[in-house]
Amino acid sequence: MLTTILFYVYAAILIGAALGVVLARNPVRSALFLVLAFFTSAVLWLLLEAEFLGIVLVLVYVGAVMVLFLFVVMMLDINVAELRAGFTRYAPLGAVVAALMVAEIAYVVWVRHLGFDLGGGAPPLPAGYSNTKSLGAVLYTDYALPFQLAAVVLLIAIVAAIALTMRHRTGYKQQDVAGQVAVRKADRIRIVQVEPEKRP
Amino acid sequence: MSSLLAFWQQLSPDLRGFIVMAVEIVGVMLAVIISVAMLTLAERKVIGWMQVRFGPNQIRIFGLPVLKGWAQPFADVIKLLMKEVIVPANADKVVFLIAPLVALVPALSTWAVIPFSPDFVLADIDAGLLYILALTSLGVYGVILAGWASNSKYALLGAMRSAAQIVAYEIAMGFALVGVLMAAGSLNLTDVVRSQAGGITHWHGLVLFPLMVIYFIAGIAETNRAPFDVAEGESEIASGFHVEYSGATFATLFALPEYANMILVATLAPLLFLGGWLSPFEGLLPADSLLAQPSFLWLFVKILWFLFCFLWIRATFPRYRYDQIMRLGWKVFIPLTLVWIGVECVLAWYHVGPWGRM
Repeated sequence: MLTTILFYVYAAILIGAALGVVLARNPVRSALFLVLAFFTSAVLWLLLEAEFLGIVLVLVYVGAVMVLFLFVVMMLDINVAELRAGFTRYAPLGAVVAALMVAEIAYVVWVRHLGFDLGGGAPPLPAGYSNTKSLGAVLYTDYALPFQLAAVVLLIAIVAAIALTMRHRTGYKQQDVAGQVAVRKADRIRIVQVEPEKRP
Repeated sequence: MSSLLAFWQQLSPDLRGFIVMAVEIVGVMLAVIISVAMLTLAERKVIGWMQVRFGPNQIRIFGLPVLKGWAQPFADVIKLLMKEVIVPANADKVVFLIAPLVALVPALSTWAVIPFSPDFVLADIDAGLLYILALTSLGVYGVILAGWASNSKYALLGAMRSAAQIVAYEIAMGFALVGVLMAAGSLNLTDVVRSQAGGITHWHGLVLFPLMVIYFIAGIAETNRAPFDVAEGESEIASGFHVEYSGATFATLFALPEYANMILVATLAPLLFLGGWLSPFEGLLPADSLLAQPSFLWLFVKILWFLFCFLWIRATFPRYRYDQIMRLGWKVFIPLTLVWIGVECVLAWYHVGPWGRM
């Protein structure tokens, strides 16, 4: 009962946040609504007793990805009027994408629910069931290879992004930290013993 | 009294459980907030003594001639709450006023999974360590939003520095926690402490000493404390992200979350590495003696030690330069933690240390 009420409350917040992402005029506010949407969907996962996935969603998307994303949006000099100008041009394409997504959701909800019961929520898990343990057990046995492959793909993406953006400019002054750390007192200062000036 | 008891008995068990839970939550919150108040006083006193001066020594509780200076934090709070909240004219007003709350809520809600003693924890959830990592990573939003919404160059610069720093050190901190969960075999904080039972040599801080040091330093960096406080950097960027904040918004944006997070780091360090509430004399003294019993007092002593280290470090080291902070986070700490996780793998393979006991 309480779970149902919580589900509808958070689902309403999620839909509101998702609308906010599209409708907010300020891009930074859009990004903030996206953060709220991620956070609320994490709560929905918690309601399904998928606590590991829910917390990881917050940790990865809200805690890391969106921070950097928000940053880029803050730094950009976005001209809102210029963005609006393209609205009518791209509106048909947007409508097609939206219609496709609605059709997909309809397929998932209406057609596939003939097979299994959607009304009852997730079946209750046995006591002492550890989400993390069972996920890890599957991830490192049955799906070990795809998991490693995904990691390698991500690594390649990181290396590629760095390789594409790193340029060695000439005349660029850089600090040699190892050299700075290795500096000894004798290299920098010379202590001179000066005879005190004698009184005439 | 007896009528109250009768009233209590006729409530349904669900409602009683709910009320007990609510009272416990309020109790933990009050304890954290009072600790924050006392910590601000301790900070000024300790740093004062280290610099051979007195620190606050004027304001007394109700003017009594004892405990001079002990009412200073309460005077500060009253002053801050009565001051006017100034919202800059060109600020994004909604975000400007939400930002302090965004900083405050994660800082307080992490305390839900902290086990204070063998049998007191608010929410004994399975993935406690992950929960803490996720919520502490949310704290950065308060800083970023405050910096952006203020519509001020200094505030934005401070927010930028803070975000880069927190993202960098969170990785090292996460790897240090991976080391702990490898040794403990669980993400649940109560289980992490239980896995260290059996005397001082079983504490994870012994096998994972480098990770403990890295965790604590990364904790200092994550809480934006000196010597990693470039986000405030009063000599360069006025006072960084909170330069436009005043009064109550300043108190909730800056003081409360920062000090609550300090206490959190100082609480997690003993829980993860130094046996939490376990006694250091376990196994050395007879098991029924008072000193060998696990209790909250041991945890309290360990927390005080780490908090003292926070203040000690602040009073001792000059502020890092920004590029040095980035170098330390990315090029020193992350490789070090990765190497030590490799060392742990070897130890686990040969069943040395905690893995021999599993």
